[in-house]
Amino acid sequence: MHNFDFAKPATIADAVAALQGDEAQPLGGGQTLIPTMKQRLAAPEVLVSLTHIPDMQGVCTNDAGQLCIGGATTHATVAREAASSFPGLAHLAAHIGDPAVRNRGTIGGSLANNDPSACYPAAALGTGATICTNLREITADDYFQGMFDTALDEGEIITEVRLPIPQAAHYEKFVQPASRFALTGVFVAKYQDHVRVAVTGASENGVFRWADAEAALSQSFASDAVADLSVDPDHMIHDLHASKEYRANLVKVGTMRSVKKAK
Amino acid sequence: MPKDGGIGASTKRREDLRFLTGKGRYTDDINLHGQAYAYFLRSDIAHGTINSIDTSGAEAMPGVVRVFTASDFEGVGGIPCGWQITDRHGEVMQEPKHPVLAEGKVRHVGDPIAVVVAESLDQARDAAEAIDVDITELEPVLDMKAAVADGAPKVHDDLTSNLCYDWGFVEENRDAVDQAIKNAHHVTTLELTNNRLVANPMEPRVAVGDYSLATDEHTLYTTSQNPHVIRLLMGAFVLGIPEHKLRVVAPDVGGGFGTKIFHYAEEAFCTFAAKQLRRPVKWTCSRSEAFISDAHGRDHVTKIELAMDKDGMFLALRTDTYANMGAYLSTFAPSVPTWLHGTLMAGNYKTPLIYVNVKAVFTNTVPVDAYRGAGRPEATFQLERVVDKAAREMGIDPVELRRRNFITEFPYATPVAVEYDTGDYHATMDKLLDISNHAGFAARAADSKARGKLRGFGIAHYIEACGIAPSNLVGQLGARAGLYESATVRVNATGSISVMTGSHSHGQGHETSFAQVVSDMIGIDADQIDIVHGDTANTPMGMGTYGSRSLAVGGSAIVKATEKIISKARKIAAHLLEAAEADIELKDGAFTVAGTDKSVAWGDVTLAAYVPHNYPLEEIEPGLEETAFYDPANFTYPSGAYGCEVEVDPDTGKVDVVAFSAADDFGNIVNPMIVEGQVQGGLAQGIGQALLENCAYDENGQLLSGSYMDYTMPRADDVPMFKVDHSCITPCTHNPLGVKGCGEAGAIGSPPAVVNAVIDALQRAGHDVTHIDMPLSPDRVWAAMNR
Repeated sequence: MHNFDFAKPATIADAVAALQGDEAQPLGGGQTLIPTMKQRLAAPEVLVSLTHIPDMQGVCTNDAGQLCIGGATTHATVAREAASSFPGLAHLAAHIGDPAVRNRGTIGGSLANNDPSACYPAAALGTGATICTNLREITADDYFQGMFDTALDEGEIITEVRLPIPQAAHYEKFVQPASRFALTGVFVAKYQDHVRVAVTGASENGVFRWADAEAALSQSFASDAVADLSVDPDHMIHDLHASKEYRANLVKVGTMRSVKKAK
Repeated sequence: MPKDGGIGASTKRREDLRFLTGKGRYTDDINLHGQAYAYFLRSDIAHGTINSIDTSGAEAMPGVVRVFTASDFEGVGGIPCGWQITDRHGEVMQEPKHPVLAEGKVRHVGDPIAVVVAESLDQARDAAEAIDVDITELEPVLDMKAAVADGAPKVHDDLTSNLCYDWGFVEENRDAVDQAIKNAHHVTTLELTNNRLVANPMEPRVAVGDYSLATDEHTLYTTSQNPHVIRLLMGAFVLGIPEHKLRVVAPDVGGGFGTKIFHYAEEAFCTFAAKQLRRPVKWTCSRSEAFISDAHGRDHVTKIELAMDKDGMFLALRTDTYANMGAYLSTFAPSVPTWLHGTLMAGNYKTPLIYVNVKAVFTNTVPVDAYRGAGRPEATFQLERVVDKAAREMGIDPVELRRRNFITEFPYATPVAVEYDTGDYHATMDKLLDISNHAGFAARAADSKARGKLRGFGIAHYIEACGIAPSNLVGQLGARAGLYESATVRVNATGSISVMTGSHSHGQGHETSFAQVVSDMIGIDADQIDIVHGDTANTPMGMGTYGSRSLAVGGSAIVKATEKIISKARKIAAHLLEAAEADIELKDGAFTVAGTDKSVAWGDVTLAAYVPHNYPLEEIEPGLEETAFYDPANFTYPSGAYGCEVEVDPDTGKVDVVAFSAADDFGNIVNPMIVEGQVQGGLAQGIGQALLENCAYDENGQLLSGSYMDYTMPRADDVPMFKVDHSCITPCTHNPLGVKGCGEAGAIGSPPAVVNAVIDALQRAGHDVTHIDMPLSPDRVWAAMNR
């Protein structure tokens, strides 16, 4: 790891100011950035920590029925504090990485990085969340733009994530055996008048919605509703751990299991 | 009744106090005054010609002491290979030079090109990034069969081909085996891969070189399983340093699994550079670096054919194996697919005719060498898989087919040159069926089915050869070393004892179990006995720890030395008691005149030896210190029956090992708790190989599984609670302890048991699947079910 300066602002405004420098980079929980720096694949001159800003911490619900999570809130906090209001999301947060990861990693960091095998993008897209930044509000459908690619501009910070709380939801994750990231993960959320299905880990284009399943499940929220559907393996990821066809299968199996387990 | 001390007691490991409280002293804990840090610049190209290396930029960097390249090692030998194979045509193997730093070509990703020594590791690493290396990439040699095809690019231009050797065993049987297979009632054929593994000991390798100008003495601190072997190989063959000027210390070592047997370039470098620079030089391997510089394991591709008569009696066995050597010959690499593999192909069975062909091949990959089991897992896997497949093809129960062919009379000379001294394979099979509740499988399978899972039961019955081995025999087989072991037992004046052993403990618990042996023989408390190991300066020349040899060979040397001690002490006691030596008995730490109450305590005898005021000086020397070297008459032959029960998720192909039972015959047991720990660790590694671990290269020779993000180590939740039994005991007939060795068994017997269980589960569910290559990852199992 190369040497760097470290800024620890206490307000969003100070963080934004600190990020104006060319070689400054925001630091959430550091679960991706720090290992990358240790491998010398990244060498920012200034790290701006976002985890000491009170306005970016915590979990609450608003009058619109949304779960509002501060951008720098750790997975462990979400797992604990969303347990009664949004158990499907709490379950997802409780199964990211291991305890060390969950006590450091943040929702904003995960969504900003948009790793194609991260868990949180499936929840954000699967609920139609709103990604709030220091500049604007972005809908999840507009936010995710491909592997490691988002609508965020340089220096823009995720301050809060607002997820509409569904009637029932579940996230079914099949882990890549070594990293235990999502080899494929499926988030299914049932709302009053529609169902959303978002898939992470599987596609070369990053997290995506499975429209056919959403349509079928909106008609009938039962796992059999997707039994006759199939997923096109064409744009699935192929790597050491799984073929395109296997991932396509997991999308379907994960969807069916999520429907069964949704609560 | 369980003993509370001595042989047979589950004495708690004395070394755990320091290991579990963070007080171990590992090589990386050693920091010498004025020490500089080495960073190895390694090739990121699998195969290429080095056109130039410009180190001038690096040399100008802050803190840089010196930059080394191959040209600095012109007067230095290559890294030697310790075993020479003679092939089936009578030719000795092709043995390429293995330079300390790459000369002219890079031959695998990780091949060291240059070393920066600097005041700090960060400075060394910064400077290494400033080294300008110009390499012309060449087509990499990766697939073994393609590597030996005509016109293949060569890993070593000065060799005639990429074929290291073409070994046939037993060559005289070749035609008879061919004939028997041709005429057999049924032949079962299986083609399989034994997957390449990365050893991944918890502690990465470290080397610290030191040199004293005043005495011209070199010291190397290193993470080794065998410091004397490193001293011999590095001193005599690489750097030309005589033994009395070279001390090698392997302090606490955090696991080896074979990969710390070998002499590595980094050890030679640090020793060499310390003298050049007149200051200590330290190298600490990073985890990423370990993946591309520690010798890998396994990597065989095999076709095996088993011929049977109509009753399933084995008539002949023929195997055709390609064994990956990687880019260079690591220390014992040539022996692994040959003498440690071919000699085990009889397994537990009376197969009268066996022929093993092994083609060892150079490729542009990390060198491959011994890894827990070394050759024996490869033999056991293919044999126990083909026997299982044969049972299914013949419609005979897999247990019954094995039983029909078991060897039942001992000693038994196999057709592959080894003689099993003892064993009782029906007993271990019976024990396994009992502890695994084999009879209750159908009910458990029905329960799994009700939960939508496919359940299967797999059996493997293994044999291994441990306690390597008679020196004269291994010499005939091409070993360039003896394989005895040594011990010095130093009794101190007050009766406490220091045992200096040539074995090395890096997780095996020798400090506890060896002390139990001496305690048992003399009858004094084990707390009075220390086991000293790991430093060539204070231990007798020994060959180190691998191949489950340390109790059988090293322990036997301790027994021999202790017998000498007791013999001398008895003479002293006879003098003190004014009795005839023949009447003196040693019991519970006291010498007694038989039939009387006259006795003298151990401590009084030892004190007399060092304060010889009343002492038979005209007959025996003062002092009480003896050394013994023990060279075994034969290998030892542990065996056992393993049973694995799995559940397969039919939707995802995920395999869960829901139960695993092991019934081993290790001969006599010194410490049952340590034995159980060794078996459990081996089982976890074997399950890791069978289901999880996969060292894979892409078509450019880049390691795809080069970190824990992609290389799957078994974790606690990947293995079940094991049922381990070692109550079936047929003692080894030729070592004084009657012990056989237990360190590798778990890793040898478990992979075929796991794979057999998965195949069983799939076939019971109606899937026509006869084989899946390891690791049986979910995608592979799913693909097999959905072909």
